Amino acid sequence: MVGDNTLQRMYEEMVTARHYEERLQEEYLEGKQPAFDISAGPIPGELHLAAGHEASAAGVCAHLRDDDTVTAPHRPHHVAISKGVDLERMTAEIFGRETGLSKGKGGHMHLYDPDVNFACSGIIAQGVPPAVGAALAAKKRNTDDVAVAFLGEGAIDQGAFLESLNLAGVHDLPVVFVVEDNDWAISMPKERVTDVADGSQRADGFDVHRERVDVDDAVAIYEAAGEAVGRARDGNGPTVLEVQVHRRMGHFMGDPEAYRPDEDVELARERDSIERMEGHLEEHGFTGDDIAEIRERAHERVEEAIEWAKDQPQPDPEEAYEDVFTDELENWPERRDRELAAADGGEE
Amino acid sequence: MAQVEEPGPEATDRELTMSRAMVEAIATEMREDEEVFVMGEDVADYGGIFDSTEGLLEEFGYDRIMDVPISETSFIGAGVGAAMQGMRPIVELMFADFFGVAMDQIYNNMAKNAYMSGGSVSVPMVLMTAVGGTYNDAAQHSQTLYGTFAHLPGMKVVVPSTAYDAKGLMHAAIRDDDPVVYMFHKRLMGLAWMPAPEGPKTGVPEDDYEIPFGEADVKREGDDVTVVTLGLHVHRALEAAANLADDGIETEVIDLRTLVPLDTETVLESVRKTGNLVVVDEDYHSYGVSGELIARATEGALDDLEAVSRVTMPDTPIPYARPLENEVLPDADDIAAAIRSVGE
Repeated sequence: MVGDNTLQRMYEEMVTARHYEERLQEEYLEGKQPAFDISAGPIPGELHLAAGHEASAAGVCAHLRDDDTVTAPHRPHHVAISKGVDLERMTAEIFGRETGLSKGKGGHMHLYDPDVNFACSGIIAQGVPPAVGAALAAKKRNTDDVAVAFLGEGAIDQGAFLESLNLAGVHDLPVVFVVEDNDWAISMPKERVTDVADGSQRADGFDVHRERVDVDDAVAIYEAAGEAVGRARDGNGPTVLEVQVHRRMGHFMGDPEAYRPDEDVELARERDSIERMEGHLEEHGFTGDDIAEIRERAHERVEEAIEWAKDQPQPDPEEAYEDVFTDELENWPERRDRELAAADGGEE
Repeated sequence: MAQVEEPGPEATDRELTMSRAMVEAIATEMREDEEVFVMGEDVADYGGIFDSTEGLLEEFGYDRIMDVPISETSFIGAGVGAAMQGMRPIVELMFADFFGVAMDQIYNNMAKNAYMSGGSVSVPMVLMTAVGGTYNDAAQHSQTLYGTFAHLPGMKVVVPSTAYDAKGLMHAAIRDDDPVVYMFHKRLMGLAWMPAPEGPKTGVPEDDYEIPFGEADVKREGDDVTVVTLGLHVHRALEAAANLADDGIETEVIDLRTLVPLDTETVLESVRKTGNLVVVDEDYHSYGVSGELIARATEGALDDLEAVSRVTMPDTPIPYARPLENEVLPDADDIAAAIRSVGE
């Protein structure tokens, strides 16, 4: 059973993530209106938001410690928040600033926070094998930390996921594969890319435990994840845990979603896991004021992170050449000014 | 295939964006040959993330414009298998950066099956993919990787820079009996959300025509410096050349249009005339297109060469923040500086 403190913390993470995404959306669209130009505005590049996925991250990460590893896909913010990634530095990264998690080199699809063992990848399912690797390290070192790989239901047809399942299964590795089923892989509804409605069934072919939570209820996800993480931590091997979430926005900001029926958009808005969570809180004796206070605190934290991040300096262009390797190699990277100097016959 | 001489882009008033020109070629080929079909992620309802298949679903339906699961190994490999049966699949790899997911199917099957079979099978497929940065999408979504694909034998590699070329190269790619990698730069497609520079939108004849592979296009003539480039950087080189003309430096700009086969002769002819070579490539600096071009110029025109330079992406992954990406991505000023450095 979920305790009051855990329930409160999960809710706080969920409303933090939701508000964070709403604010990122506003910031992202600044300067991109009325004509959407992906190169304009304060936030560079693409932006994939996870609004509607919050219950999954909150329910799963409630069982994790800082030394447990999490890998997230290209829609990572809710997972990062629940895993305890530094919100201010993550925000600075998304704004491409010098004090960001990756000094502005990674961006929103490539967030790394080694303090809490968090990483993500911009390529579908490719964060899954590294999670298996973290679990392998835990087993080899005989520690009790676990790894969790988040991926979308559109990613479960990738070889990287299926191969990882087999490897984790045959070595009984402490890893949980969390499949976030939001019904859409960019423009493709689930039924057009697989005949299997329950994606966790992929596990059967590898004799790996599986579970699906059919409703985006953070408490139900918390309970299922507790078993999966516990199984991993106790040395009993991997689990595929599929959880139903919903996609409240387009695949990326600027996606007009012309392919998506209006009823589906409406349905995604209606089945709101945050309202459901408020119902749980009330059942546990939290008052409306308590809930409002949690929400306000979360909103304030988000505003502070965004304000801080926007205040941070842009990176020095010279920084582009650093960090390719851990040590400095002579004449690496090859640089344009060096080439021009050579063509001139000049000295460096 | 014997070709009737076709009018160039100037001969028509009808201007198209590069994506419209590509789609027009695909649609024409699909009407003429039922064996041609398109397969890829988000190619049907979405019309391709970069509009590379926009509008095709309405005419051809889901059977011939096939959305597929996110399983590149499977659907690119299936393209190879269908092609070996004699069909003519056009398969889209959404971003060239994603090639790693499916590279075995690309370079061990698609590229090598003809050779390994002693020529008894062929793989007449087109692998279409988006390349390039300029919109701050960071290290996993911004690469060009021209050199990677051109380095591995068995695939023809084409890189259009204008709508006219895009249509003619697409017709030729679909009709070709070999696997062709068709790499289009996102910034040239004419997307509403990613404005193109002046240049890629050109006149495009309504009738079909082929741009033969292995024929570079001299986009601007000049006696002082030869600039060899491709894709987006054709337009940046032309901009640099126009600016330098005010200072009396006459730059010849060669658009390679295809990397495999490579039109070495046009490059050598130009280098023999100017004596100065600048290669501009949005791909990484080392072990790639720029080194290859300079090597060929050295082998073929050593006595005529006075100076060489290259303008490339440094050997770093592509960073996200704007000041960082601007630093590494070659622009018209970088190209102008290189032209000056060899031309003075």
